[in-house]
Amino acid sequence: MKVTISKRTLRAGAIIGALLGGLLTTGIGHAEKVLRVNMHSDLKIVDPIWTTAYMSRNYGYMVYDTLFAMNTKGEVLPQMVDTYNVSEDGLTYDFTLRDGLLFHDDQPVTSADVVASIGRWGAKDAMGQKMMSFVAEMTATDDKTFQFKLNEPTGLIIQALGKPSSNVPFIMPARIAATPPGEQITEYVGSGPYVFLKDEWKPGNKAEFAKFENYVPRDEPADGLAGGKNVYVDKVVWVVIRDQQTKMNALSKGEIDVIESPAHDLLPLMEQDPNIQLVDLNPFGNQYTFRFNQLHPPFDDPKVRQALLYAFDQEEFLLAAIGDEKYFKLCKAMFICGTPIASEMGFEDKLEGNLKKAKELIAESSYDGTPLILMHPTDLAVLEPLPPVAKDFMEKIGLKVDMQAMDWQTLVGRRNKKEAPADGGWNAFITSWNSVDNASPLTTPFLNAACDQALFGWPCDDKIQELRDEFAREPDAGKQLSIVENLQNRVSEAPTHVHLGQWYQPTAMGKNISGAPVSPVVAFWGYKKDE
Amino acid sequence: MWSHLLKRVLAVIPVLLVVMVIVFLMLRLTPGDPAANIAGDAATSEDIAKLRIELGLEEPLPVQFGIYVSNLLQGDFGESFYYKRPVISMIADGIEPTLSLAFFTITLACLVAVPLGTLAAYRHGTWLDRMVMGFSVVGFSVPVFVIGYLLIYFLSVKLGWFPVQGYQHIKEGIGGWAYRLVLPSVALSVIFIALIARMTRTSVLEVLNEDYIRTARAKGLPQSKVLLKHALRNAAVPIVTVIGIAIAILISGVVVTESVFVIPGLGLLTLDAIQGRDYPTVQALILLFSVVYVLINLIIDIIYTILDPRIRY
Repeated sequence: MKVTISKRTLRAGAIIGALLGGLLTTGIGHAEKVLRVNMHSDLKIVDPIWTTAYMSRNYGYMVYDTLFAMNTKGEVLPQMVDTYNVSEDGLTYDFTLRDGLLFHDDQPVTSADVVASIGRWGAKDAMGQKMMSFVAEMTATDDKTFQFKLNEPTGLIIQALGKPSSNVPFIMPARIAATPPGEQITEYVGSGPYVFLKDEWKPGNKAEFAKFENYVPRDEPADGLAGGKNVYVDKVVWVVIRDQQTKMNALSKGEIDVIESPAHDLLPLMEQDPNIQLVDLNPFGNQYTFRFNQLHPPFDDPKVRQALLYAFDQEEFLLAAIGDEKYFKLCKAMFICGTPIASEMGFEDKLEGNLKKAKELIAESSYDGTPLILMHPTDLAVLEPLPPVAKDFMEKIGLKVDMQAMDWQTLVGRRNKKEAPADGGWNAFITSWNSVDNASPLTTPFLNAACDQALFGWPCDDKIQELRDEFAREPDAGKQLSIVENLQNRVSEAPTHVHLGQWYQPTAMGKNISGAPVSPVVAFWGYKKDE
Repeated sequence: MWSHLLKRVLAVIPVLLVVMVIVFLMLRLTPGDPAANIAGDAATSEDIAKLRIELGLEEPLPVQFGIYVSNLLQGDFGESFYYKRPVISMIADGIEPTLSLAFFTITLACLVAVPLGTLAAYRHGTWLDRMVMGFSVVGFSVPVFVIGYLLIYFLSVKLGWFPVQGYQHIKEGIGGWAYRLVLPSVALSVIFIALIARMTRTSVLEVLNEDYIRTARAKGLPQSKVLLKHALRNAAVPIVTVIGIAIAILISGVVVTESVFVIPGLGLLTLDAIQGRDYPTVQALILLFSVVYVLINLIIDIIYTILDPRIRY
């Protein structure tokens, strides 16, 4: 739509704008440099150890700091730690904290805080629990140094302490970290680059963070979550805007500065907007995954699961959901293309829509023709188009599919039900993970095949568990890759889930914004805003 | 009159009890699990089970209901499952934006719709009448978000006269508060203007054929006086009823408008709470809305007696 505006109209508008916006509006300060950001969701829970919700993790990176952090190459580097030393036998780790670390109440960060924080995280997080199974003793040797004594060597310690996504081992004051991991903390003091302004937090509306003036960044340049976390704005405000069109208009008019996850169907419009730039900040992107429920037929039969590995064509899913090829990548590597352990082993002939092979496997399987329930979330734009594609493939290979529409929250409740599908349970659904969650055999949530201890879908496979343990014990990167390849071979025989390709979510921001850090997890240091 | 009012107030109690039971049961019978939502995507079944215990969701339903009622009787509406804040404080945060939007919308709607409807009735069968009726049909038919988007596109994006979104609290400046409510109120008022104008036209038209109007005209009263003093006042009862319903609708949440214009009112709070299965918040909001509906009905009843002294309770 083209609208022609006369000079007279513009003059009138300017006058009205000045009268209404300038003269009538009071109490708006202009001194502060405020970065207004629309995040993908509302901040609900402010304890990043208590929940695995991404928004709580993002909040954690604002308020807390980490001992180690992952850079854009997937390497884990010291962050709060200055130096560390591993004994020759690999059984003792000595760490020294860097100078100048302060909590927001101006108390110094001590080793006692670290030990308490790692203890709470290690009791809650799956990777933390795995790490703690190697730790015989964790002690604060003095205010700035602490030591891990292991019961056997492992390559896991540094990787776990630099775990980038939920739950992240954030460091809190010992008194707060003393809160049992099953209870939410009630005090929000960290040592990160921003201070959480609790009194300004309006659930469903906004959350505010002020620059922590006493934060001492590392000297190295920022690289992903690692390096110097320099802050150039006074405040970051997370503004809740639900309507996608309104987000775009608000960004175009400079009312907000950043949209973390703009809708893909609005990206072409944003590309044409002279006030908006689209930036890809997450080098790893996201990964779609199809999850089986292995407690019930037909997915208790590995042949049916293998059939889907052959039947599904990543490209069809990604075209349906994302559309524009520049925002997705076909990737058969289970642990994300571009990581040091990326490999196609086990999947070379799969994920390409081989319906003939899939039909053969179904014919050999125990499938009895019972319709299976595929849950279809209709309220999430990034997921909604996928189940119909899956249904089409599944029906083409002879499976009967009852695709049930529901909202995401209903799906989240239902996926934890172990009952038979006919009694309110389920057979399959599709979700998406931040790729960094799936970048290691130890962090990939759906790879946990520990039966009842596994995530919904409850795969049960001793061999997979053994290979994950082997990976955890192996300190050598080259050997880790070999273990990953064995693991992928095993998964291709006994699939826990199907990875349906990687997709990228560009961040939209005003043309006056620069310095946004490229990072596997959204972060708000480095941002500069020209007024 | 006073005994009627007392009876009406007392009648609220069984209404609220029924609402409490129905909402309590409906929430728990609706698919979805707040614990699973809160725990996050990577939480295990064990984590979720622990959380259900912590939230009190593993107790038998009668026990949960008993705790709920007992807390309610002590003025405790509960704590949000998510935000760990008293529900009442979250509702308090949302009341000002909702009341502000309702006030602006209903004022604008009345100021436009009542004269329009009256004029349409007075000029019955003319182009003015047809225009008003045509506007009513369009006003009913066009979804509020379409009107909202159009207003934003032309008045905010193209002309830059108004902000695209956002609400400013009244304590931060009455000018900014009013300024930011212009577009959402205009967008939202269209349907109410259509509704009230149509009702006013029908009602006034009916009254204009009454004998007392003919008498008023016959004794030489000016048309404006005939219309305003005699016709409109006698036609006011159904108009007031519609306005009352409109206020109740506006207060109990206008989700789409709040969403498009980013107004942190009760509508969005309700939507978020329902989507997240935040039982304490939904329960408190529905109770509040029930009270609002009952009170508005009561106020309308009182207004009836003022407008038409023949009405007695």
